[in-house]
Amino acid sequence: MATAELQAPRAQVLDDIVAAQRRHRRWFRGQFIVVWLVLVGIIGVFLWDAGRISWDFIFLTGPFIIQGAGITILVSLVAMAMAIVLALLGAVGRLSANAIFYSLASLYVSLVRGTPLLVQIYFIYFALPSAGIIIDAIPAGIIALGFNYGAYMTEIFRAGIQAVPRSQHEAAQALGMPERLAFRRIVLPQAVRIVIPAIGNDFVAMIKDSALVSTIAIQELLWRAQRVGRAEHQVLASIAIAALVYWGLTIIFSFFQEKLEQRMARGDR
Amino acid sequence: MTAYSAEQPMPDHLGEVIVKARGIEKYFGDNHVLRGVDLDVHQREAVMIIGRSGSGKTTLLRCLNFLEEPTVGSVEIEGVRVEAAPLRARSRAHQEQIRQIRIRASMLFQEFALFPHMTVLGNCIEAPTRVKGVPQDKAVALADKYLEQVGMFNKKDEYPARLSGGQKQRVAIARALCMEPKVLLFDEPTSALDPELIGEVLKVMEELAHEGTTMIVVTHEMHFAREAADRVIFMEGGVIAEQGPPETMLDNPREEATRRFLRRFLEA
Repeated sequence: MATAELQAPRAQVLDDIVAAQRRHRRWFRGQFIVVWLVLVGIIGVFLWDAGRISWDFIFLTGPFIIQGAGITILVSLVAMAMAIVLALLGAVGRLSANAIFYSLASLYVSLVRGTPLLVQIYFIYFALPSAGIIIDAIPAGIIALGFNYGAYMTEIFRAGIQAVPRSQHEAAQALGMPERLAFRRIVLPQAVRIVIPAIGNDFVAMIKDSALVSTIAIQELLWRAQRVGRAEHQVLASIAIAALVYWGLTIIFSFFQEKLEQRMARGDR
Repeated sequence: MTAYSAEQPMPDHLGEVIVKARGIEKYFGDNHVLRGVDLDVHQREAVMIIGRSGSGKTTLLRCLNFLEEPTVGSVEIEGVRVEAAPLRARSRAHQEQIRQIRIRASMLFQEFALFPHMTVLGNCIEAPTRVKGVPQDKAVALADKYLEQVGMFNKKDEYPARLSGGQKQRVAIARALCMEPKVLLFDEPTSALDPELIGEVLKVMEELAHEGTTMIVVTHEMHFAREAADRVIFMEGGVIAEQGPPETMLDNPREEATRRFLRRFLEA
């Protein structure tokens, strides 16, 4: 048949295009890997040389530093959970028609965003004891981080809730749903999907900001790196190890974040 | 008040008055959108509201279930009466009364407003189970029945994003029916649809009307109004300018304003 004759060369062309696209992608990825390896290699060799880093030091102190990652992750996860709860309450307050809730939430956001995180950490750990409130280092660090991120995330949640189309709220109302039920079942799940990317970014940022709690003697990554670095006069090596571990952690969590976003996109397709 | 009289007798298949709106007025700021509307709708009656944009027809519909709080007036649906109270609109008692009205009068929207994070079935059982406390299995059976009726049963496990506009609106109709309301309010249900999808939605609505579902429909589909309406209402300037059976209203209206509207509408 004539159509079969026509189809054969056409399929060939399509195959060629697909193959060419695949070749291009592979070429691009190859270049990407080479550039990264070369640059990281150059930096590594330079530091190795300039900092007189030795394998002995790495094997001796590396495990001690890396164990700090456990505390870093613990502090970040708990602080993040706290921040999410605070942010949700804050967002509801910021959107509330009740003047008291609105004022409280606004004060929280303004105060926390208006002062440095480091000052907040010092305030909770060093200043509150003067008022008779004594909190251990790890809880103090978690509270400071959670409070701080909760304020920033309040605005993220608020924007997310407002980004849910008004018609969704109206449709819930039109079906007789009371205000709270409509919020919990209809508006909030959609808002959460909208804010997941921003929350993920904040979590990655928090892993890095958690380094600040090394200042109140929490034995996390940076604290351990500084400690052995000073003791062994290998500050460059130890700080570089800490940096690498932070980098690795953020890459891992960014990967999970991507997966989560893909999962939450269900229903959008 | 009631549109029926000695010279304009009520069709036999209609029942008691089930929706009773009195003296509805609505201001948006200085804009006097509704200037006193009285409306009675009988059981099993299909009422179509026509009129140009800005005539207040959508606002009237939204006032009937208090998605807009009227500035003045009252709405009574199946014995539940709510007086407009813009000053204490947030009071809990008032909100609860409004909710009772909404359970009895379900609204369909131009933009469907399906819940995107729930499947078709999830959309249909959400309100019955959580608002009316219908047991899960009964709610699912109900949803199956109404999805079947609108021809969407085979899509019940899909998410709304995978449906066409016409399919979405049909699911929205099933979702509303699952609450077993006394009256359905349609706000231009086909205005957001591609022309080739309008027919499937109108067909479902026409079947509902012929089965005796009480409905109030704001629409621009004159052909549909002629087929399905028991009564056509023409609104202009925030009041009901004229009403009557579809044949009279669409072919031989009394008021000059109605004639003008229809003429312009048919030319367009």
